Amino acid sequence: MALLAIVVAAAPIGFTNSYFYDVGVNAMFNAIVCVGLNLLIGYAGQISLGHAGFFALGAYGSALLTTMYNVPPIGALTISALVVGLLAFVVGRPILKLKGHYLAMATLGIGIIIHIVLKTESKFTGGPDGMSLDNFKMLGFTVMGDRMWYWVAGVLLILAVWLALNLIDSPVGRALRAVHGSEVGAEVVGVDTSSYKVLVFVVSAVFASVVGSLFAHKNGFITPDIGSFFGSVHLVTMVVLGGMASVFGAVVGAVILTLLPQVLASVEQYEAMILGVIMMGTMIFMPKGLLPSLLAKLKSREAGR
Amino acid sequence: MRNLVKWGATAMVCAGVVALAGQASAAEPIKIGAFLSATGPASFLGEPEKKTLEMYVEKMNKAGGVMGRKLELVVYDDGGAGDKASTFAKRLIESDKVDVLIGGSTTGTTMAAVPLVERAGIPFISLAGGVNIVEPVKKWVFKTPHTDRMAAEKVFGDMKKKGISKIALISEDAGFGKSGHDQSMLVVKNYGIEIVADEVYSPKDPDVTAQLTKIKNTPGVQAVFNFGFGQGPAIVTKNFKQLGMTVPLYQSHGVASKDYIKLAGEAAEGVRLPAAGLVVPDQLAATDPQKPVVTAFKKEYEAAFKSDVSTFAGHAYDGLQIFLAAAARAGSVDKEKVRDEIEKTSGYVGTGGLVSMTATDHMGLSLSAFHMVEIRKGDWVLSD
Amino acid sequence: MFAAFLQYLFSGLTSGAIYALAGLGFAIIYNASHVINFAQGEFIMIGGMASATLVAAGVPMPLAIVLALLISMAVGVALEKFAIEPARNADVVTIIIITIGASIFLRGATQIILDKEFHSLPAFSGETPIGVMGATLMPQSLWVFAVAAVMIVGLWWFFNRTMFGKAMLATSHNRLAAQLVGVGVKKVLLASFALSALLGAVGGVVVTPITFTNYEAGIMLGLKGFSAAVLGGLGNGGGAIIGGLIVGIVEALASGYLSSAYKDAIAFVIILFVLFFMPNGLFGKRGTDRV
Repeated sequence: MALLAIVVAAAPIGFTNSYFYDVGVNAMFNAIVCVGLNLLIGYAGQISLGHAGFFALGAYGSALLTTMYNVPPIGALTISALVVGLLAFVVGRPILKLKGHYLAMATLGIGIIIHIVLKTESKFTGGPDGMSLDNFKMLGFTVMGDRMWYWVAGVLLILAVWLALNLIDSPVGRALRAVHGSEVGAEVVGVDTSSYKVLVFVVSAVFASVVGSLFAHKNGFITPDIGSFFGSVHLVTMVVLGGMASVFGAVVGAVILTLLPQVLASVEQYEAMILGVIMMGTMIFMPKGLLPSLLAKLKSREAGR
Repeated sequence: MRNLVKWGATAMVCAGVVALAGQASAAEPIKIGAFLSATGPASFLGEPEKKTLEMYVEKMNKAGGVMGRKLELVVYDDGGAGDKASTFAKRLIESDKVDVLIGGSTTGTTMAAVPLVERAGIPFISLAGGVNIVEPVKKWVFKTPHTDRMAAEKVFGDMKKKGISKIALISEDAGFGKSGHDQSMLVVKNYGIEIVADEVYSPKDPDVTAQLTKIKNTPGVQAVFNFGFGQGPAIVTKNFKQLGMTVPLYQSHGVASKDYIKLAGEAAEGVRLPAAGLVVPDQLAATDPQKPVVTAFKKEYEAAFKSDVSTFAGHAYDGLQIFLAAAARAGSVDKEKVRDEIEKTSGYVGTGGLVSMTATDHMGLSLSAFHMVEIRKGDWVLSD
Repeated sequence: MFAAFLQYLFSGLTSGAIYALAGLGFAIIYNASHVINFAQGEFIMIGGMASATLVAAGVPMPLAIVLALLISMAVGVALEKFAIEPARNADVVTIIIITIGASIFLRGATQIILDKEFHSLPAFSGETPIGVMGATLMPQSLWVFAVAAVMIVGLWWFFNRTMFGKAMLATSHNRLAAQLVGVGVKKVLLASFALSALLGAVGGVVVTPITFTNYEAGIMLGLKGFSAAVLGGLGNGGGAIIGGLIVGIVEALASGYLSSAYKDAIAFVIILFVLFFMPNGLFGKRGTDRV
């Protein structure tokens, strides 16, 4: 936790211009979503291929409420998060009864439906060409510029990690891990598994929605692409690559997969091939994900000594 | 003694390096930054655009560069995603410190970059069609292709001439078609034409006969207008033929590349569409000022890449030329001065038409830039 | 009115048969290994792209098709050998990410080795539409139906009548038990990938004259194929076919009678509803959890 704070605080030393801050902000935004998603995938063992949809709903909720109804940004963010949370709650109950690939299909379907609605209702959303929105203002104070966003995102990331760690250590967290281990077993000993699953689903969706709102304000322009199927796959990849059931692993995965395309941009057409190889290679040689695998290796080396 | 020689040699090499470095900085290259959709659903826009920029930058450098300075091109592939485009635009401006931005193959990727371009203050020439890129006018943003609204107006004008008053619209639900659809709805009334059926398909649908059947069964449809690009319009064309529909079929400028004719095959016979002079250089009147420009460009492009030129490649060519001409007039790449000069572009003969920009018109093309073209025997035939 | 309905039905059957072929590949690999191969769409794409490129290069069509099928099978075998087998004991999600990585890699490779343009193949038996009671159907659609039917029958025969097919089926039921009675599980896995790559490529070849193909064509087909396989019930070949047809027909009827903009959304809503009431798809086996 302290280490994360130090890294967040120290990273800008190497930032020579605001492009680096921008990438840093994107990495941390993704990291926050992944910390939430990891609660669902890593701890509760439930996959979701639809979280980009919640992210997009948060973004468009903020965009619509601030531009069309003059709601202050913080209010728009809260309302969007509440609506997304409610939506996740309503669909969560029936969906989370499904298992494995069926659950993947159902969440994927929800993500795609959200994407289609955003794309089609161009009267409100501007359609595939996107819509623009204003800076984030609060209490007479405007968040703008990549440097300021960096510190906002940094503080939020640390907050999100703290929240996640606390949740995991709470009775809820123990119940979740029981669900992951054996759902039937957990039920037999009296854990209300479906309530816990829905709870985590809602929490992770709200994480995504809040970040979506902030992302929209930061970029000043959003397109429905942010809610596409690829967005969701990207998020899941970050979680799994970094390390399931590891809060910091999710952060590492998000940071790596945000930076990678930027690093690979210079190899142009080989980008996709290299990205594919890295994804396959990591998962083959470190099936538990980067961070847990590396930690395990470190430990075994120490034990060997 | 030997040491001394060594030192001396080292010193001389160092001096040489310093001298070279000094020279290099005297004639720093002009940096052109581009973010294009070289992959993803809009790759057939981004790919030829990228190839064109690379070819002409190389060619001009061989000829000694511009104003005694070499050109340096930095291209990133945004995959057609708005958020990626925005990050790459920022990278080009902040990290690569380019002098001009070209790109945004699609309206979405262009608009995603607009807020930061306006904030940073850098000349930006978009290669996308959406009319909202230049309306309302944004200080730093220009574009080279015709707008989707112009394409719709050209088509409706042609329909009106033929006495058509009730039509069906079928458009793809992705960026290009959706925007074209909305613009069509906006201007159609000016031509006394009524849209009696309005259908939509996804760019990757394997079959659209359902939508076309609905159109076929709508009474009074005198023509069908399809707004889309990629394989979609080719599938629409084939299905149209399959259903035995006989009313005229209009396509948008989005299919103005030979690939469309290749994919749709015989079904494309008789399809009408608005297109730039670039697709029919030989058929332009000898007096047409565009004729030499488009003939030369077509020849160079096709010789270099062994593939048919598309109007999208032409957009990139025009963007590059307009920037270089403005830089030459400004005598530097000072961003403010270049911007002012781009705005003053007047009478530039490009592949897309005659370009004359003003403070209120950051595109500078008129409807006359479009020609109605009909497909006959697998080739374009000028027909207006 | 009826003619219109029939036309929607034909449209849906054409799309549906394409989705069904895509779904079948998912079912086979799932059966043998309980892996969902998100690179299945890429097999379809490789089949289409390879055959179209070879035909364009002057190779006679039958030979081009055979070569394309072999190429796709080789890719399938390589994928299993180098990416799936080393990670056999990993989590389901881990393997999903591996196959997604593989699909990104294959798209990237195709785009470099071949190109980014759209390609088509000539229709197998001409382009004269066949009229049926006021509706029309392209001969190529019949080819797609026929190929799907032949594959179903062929697979049924393979899994129920051949020794190796039975071994594959046994492995899917209980890997350890199959191993104990002497089934080479590794070989079965390899064969399942080769087989589904072959199926995918066959599908890719027959649908290319209708839908065209480019290096990204596999994304949509993979997605629809996955939907078809899940709707039908994972691991059930017949279910995948029916699932595909349902998705296709729902889309066509939705765009005919409701809204073409929301046809995909309507299809997904229906899939969701089916899953709410039948959590293992239409024909899936009811799973039991061991504690």
